Amino acid sequence: MGPIVIPCSNYKGKGQDILAASSSNNQIQILNAERRIDLSSHIVKVFLTLKVENVGTSPASEIFLAFPPSQADQLALVKAQAAIGKKKKKSYVHLDVNPTQLPDAPNGTKYFSISLLNPLSSGETATLEVLYILTHSLEPFPAEISQLESQLVYFRDSALILSPYHIKQQTTFIKTPSTKVESFTRVEPTKFAGRELKYGPYEDRPPYSFSPVIVHLENNSPFAVVEELLREVEISHWGNLQITEHYKLVHAGARHKGVFSRVDYQSRASVKGASSFKHLLASLPPRVHSVYYRDEIGNISSSHLRTDYRKSELEIEPRYPLFGGWKATFVIGYGLPLEDFLFESPDGKRYLNFSFGCPLAQTVVNKLTIKVVLPEGSKDPSAAVPYPVEQHLETKYSYLDVVGRTVLVLEKKNVVPEHITPFQVYYTFKPIFMLAEPLMLASVYFLFFMACVAYLQIDISIRK
Amino acid sequence: MAVTKTEPINGSTTKSSAPPLQSMPLKSDLLSILSLKSLRLKTKQQELLIRVSILCLVYVLAFITRLFSVLRYESMIHEFDPYFNYRTTLFLTQKGFYEFWNWFDSESWYPLGRIIGGTLYPGLMVTAAMMYWGLRFLRFAVHIREVCVLTAPFFASNTTLVAYFFGKEIWDTGAGLVAAVLIAICPGYISRSVAGSYDNEGVAIFALLLTFYLFVKAVNTGSLAWGLASAFGYFYMVSAWGGYVFIINLIPLYVLALLITGRYSMRLYVAYNCMYVLGMLLAMQIRFVGFQHVQSGEHMAAMGVFFLMQVFYFLDWVKHLLNDKKLFEAFLRITVTCAVGVGAIALGVGTASGYISPWSGRFYSLLDPTYAKDHIPIIASVSEHQPTAWSSFMFDFHILLFLFPAGLYFCFKRLSDATIFIVMYGLTSMYFAGVMVRLILVATPAVCLISAIAVSATIKNLTMLLRTKSKVSQTGSTKGTGGGKTSSKAMLDQSQPFQRNGAIALLFGAFYLLSRYAIHCTWVTSEAYSSPSIVLAARGAHGNRVIFDDYREAYYWLRQNTPPDAKVMSWWDYGYQITAMGNRTVIVDNNTWNNTHIATVGRAMSSYEDEAYEIMRSLDVDYVLVVFGGVTGYSSDDINKFLWMVRIGGGVFPVIKEPDYLVNGEYRVDKGAAPKMLNCLMYKLSYYRFGELMTEYGKPPGYDRARGVEIGNKDIKLEHLEEAFTTSKLDRSYLQGQAAK
Repeated sequence: MGPIVIPCSNYKGKGQDILAASSSNNQIQILNAERRIDLSSHIVKVFLTLKVENVGTSPASEIFLAFPPSQADQLALVKAQAAIGKKKKKSYVHLDVNPTQLPDAPNGTKYFSISLLNPLSSGETATLEVLYILTHSLEPFPAEISQLESQLVYFRDSALILSPYHIKQQTTFIKTPSTKVESFTRVEPTKFAGRELKYGPYEDRPPYSFSPVIVHLENNSPFAVVEELLREVEISHWGNLQITEHYKLVHAGARHKGVFSRVDYQSRASVKGASSFKHLLASLPPRVHSVYYRDEIGNISSSHLRTDYRKSELEIEPRYPLFGGWKATFVIGYGLPLEDFLFESPDGKRYLNFSFGCPLAQTVVNKLTIKVVLPEGSKDPSAAVPYPVEQHLETKYSYLDVVGRTVLVLEKKNVVPEHITPFQVYYTFKPIFMLAEPLMLASVYFLFFMACVAYLQIDISIRK
Repeated sequence: MAVTKTEPINGSTTKSSAPPLQSMPLKSDLLSILSLKSLRLKTKQQELLIRVSILCLVYVLAFITRLFSVLRYESMIHEFDPYFNYRTTLFLTQKGFYEFWNWFDSESWYPLGRIIGGTLYPGLMVTAAMMYWGLRFLRFAVHIREVCVLTAPFFASNTTLVAYFFGKEIWDTGAGLVAAVLIAICPGYISRSVAGSYDNEGVAIFALLLTFYLFVKAVNTGSLAWGLASAFGYFYMVSAWGGYVFIINLIPLYVLALLITGRYSMRLYVAYNCMYVLGMLLAMQIRFVGFQHVQSGEHMAAMGVFFLMQVFYFLDWVKHLLNDKKLFEAFLRITVTCAVGVGAIALGVGTASGYISPWSGRFYSLLDPTYAKDHIPIIASVSEHQPTAWSSFMFDFHILLFLFPAGLYFCFKRLSDATIFIVMYGLTSMYFAGVMVRLILVATPAVCLISAIAVSATIKNLTMLLRTKSKVSQTGSTKGTGGGKTSSKAMLDQSQPFQRNGAIALLFGAFYLLSRYAIHCTWVTSEAYSSPSIVLAARGAHGNRVIFDDYREAYYWLRQNTPPDAKVMSWWDYGYQITAMGNRTVIVDNNTWNNTHIATVGRAMSSYEDEAYEIMRSLDVDYVLVVFGGVTGYSSDDINKFLWMVRIGGGVFPVIKEPDYLVNGEYRVDKGAAPKMLNCLMYKLSYYRFGELMTEYGKPPGYDRARGVEIGNKDIKLEHLEEAFTTSKLDRSYLQGQAAK
């Protein structure tokens, strides 16, 4: 029952060589850093290109990324890759990124370490590309708006890249969703043109340089946040995989205040209700069947399903358009053919290969729970997930269950669409268990008819 | 004939295996079981098999014919009251019995609240919860909603079985079968028992018929066991529906009729006393009913008859002892006067001292159809309390309406205790059905049973005619020259050459009528009684199905986006739905127990905005819900119900006067409307910003499609309220009291 610890393949022990790391700070410098921040939706994507050089004497195997503590809480995902080869034959190799700690971190700075494939020997350079994603980092200001206003948000960051290394040259580009920017902090040289705000280039900045900036801009993209998502994946060896997803959706943008006028909204929804959103797109696996979309009080009739052989798209409309602070809870359920997702591994175990994350496009999930309900009688469940997740086991009773089904529960906070990658759940199962329930039903019917026959044949009256 | 023909074919196989038979007796047994010959059933067994399979088919038919709404829409609860029942059932399954009994619901009738446990008939909820727990125990992972949705069809299926046994008891098995079929698809019953119509009546009709059946069985057999069973049936009925009053008045009436017609017997004495005493004691266990059986005027008839029975028995005994006619007559006179005198005095004292409550308004309105209209507008305002139109009789009964008198004829022809009962049940319930539309439901089982007698008796007579004839001709042909008796009978039959053809024609006619009945019932069920009324469906311009789901849109918005303690004011029709689906506190709801409170809401709706605002503040109202159908042409919206609000409000608060809202006695919303009408809260809320809206091509803006007029006041400004939410097509506005908090 209780929590079990399953080692994740990618998750290595933290700070294996802290001492080595602190001494290595001086031996690495960044020749050129370019940062592109994409603010076009409420999920902030930051692409960081670093050209690092080992100026020290010993080879370096790790590069550290630094984040201010406020940003570290908003960080949903950090990915890194190294560019290999020359310009035309460039290819990328995925690198492991792990949270770590450094002893001399100023002001509670949080670190991530990128493990290089080959240690960087003295004098060598390498180009690293880092993608990190921030959620809940756009603060609506004003915090309450009426139906006719559009939504303005603050974005706070530093014009200079926070880094434990010396940076020779750096530039930051901020891409805004529209040309409408109310204000931004100037840190010369600063340039705003079109939909791009450029900070830099800045030359020769020492480690831990920081220069806070605030950008106040218009962002009317749907701030769709799923506060809680429970995905239940139920495996039936009779050929079906049943998915049930419980959503608690909220519009996390500026709160709606005052009147909601349907007359205005229906005349020009794009202007009079710009900050609201009406529908969401869920991308489901191909060959999906028996899709439903409902909530506590019944079916919601506004949804459209488009399927082709590569993917299925479900367009769902909550019962009402969502304005800032408005909530909607609903359930999406669908069935999938089992053979697309269940396989047998070479060691005789079965495993489910299913995608992790939320199928809704452009949404942040604050808390994601995936429950994999294994068929009754299966044993030794274990999961292989590419991210650190919390795991424990439960038991669920469904139709005609006697001992209950084992449920493997995976929990993760702050999930973004980039987290959608396959994960595996391994277990052992004897096919004979499939027959338990049909046999049970058959025997009940048999007994019933036998009882009827017995009743008709045997005379139980007292009087003769 | 046919079986004997197949024998040789079968015989060849048995012959081939004949030699080893003696050595293997066991195998021979097996073979003989397998052979077709042994499968041949005796006539009695055949009849049993046919009967059981017909009953099974009827059982299934009764269930599936009620599933139109589930297949066409979804598995959902319908209408208004069922939402309350669903909510209480949910509470019962989640919190258990004790919490349920002690439930004080602060979410309705704000600020009064409602003691739910003591003011409802728990039979339905307990039944559904029991089924739910039972299924859960058997590991069927059903949702309580599915159980609730399918409760009514399930009980309708059970009712067909009871109808079969009842028909069997009063006539014969044939009538029972026909009754089962008729009641399975009778629209009068289907109207209250389609899937999703999770209301008391769904269970109650089953309980009603069961009680009657068991009582008739008890009267027929004189057995204490059946009397006890009927007492329990009555207990179930009391726990399920307020209509139990019909039973407790009909049965004494029936007993009285038997006494008067001189059919008093020991069987009747046992049956009635057992049923009444035990039934009364059991019924007292239901908190909502309490001591009404000994205290309320509506139940006094049963008690009077109970004492009368004792007097009768006593007299019988004295007569037996005295053995002298003159002496007995004198004694009879004295006893009867004494008994009547004591009874009258007891009743008078009881009524005068207030121990026995007088008849309630609802009871009066049943006896006098015009009573409610004059005295209780809240009862009169409900459409299902209106007197029944002929068309709805035709709609709900179809051919049964003609078969009913025929059945009565058959009943009178073969008068027995049981047929007297069904005749009385039929006649009284038909009267009540005429008084109130919804009571057609009570009459339906009786009508079905009596019609079944007519159908069964007719068909039986006709087939008998045909069969005797063919038998005669058969015997004539096989035997050639028979005895003098058969030939004379044949001669007699031949003297009526049209009789046979007439019988065939009549049989065909009967089958045609019955098939029309089946078609009509299916059509009515599909078209009229299977819409959930929460979701409306219409045909779009291109023939596609357009769904109006605005009620739920509004309720769900309330549930998700208002503070959990928000109070919603609306007309009482929507009270149950708001609490069940919107999960918010309401001021008034469909349990119309406090007329003053409803009148206050009616007064607020029909006052000017500033006056209404004061009333709303005194009630802590945060939101007002108004249903408006002027955009889509949905006619049962609040503007059309508005006159009732005025009437009910005016009934308690004389400031509200109905003529103020009418022009020359006419109710209108266009330019010619009364000034008070154009500026009252309901009008303003409904038509706020409606003047800007183009609803129909070629019509001026502000054209109300539900009433087909251009509205009279297009420039509406709200001072104290503001629009909080409006659904996409139908429900016009939710308006929030700005400073009400």
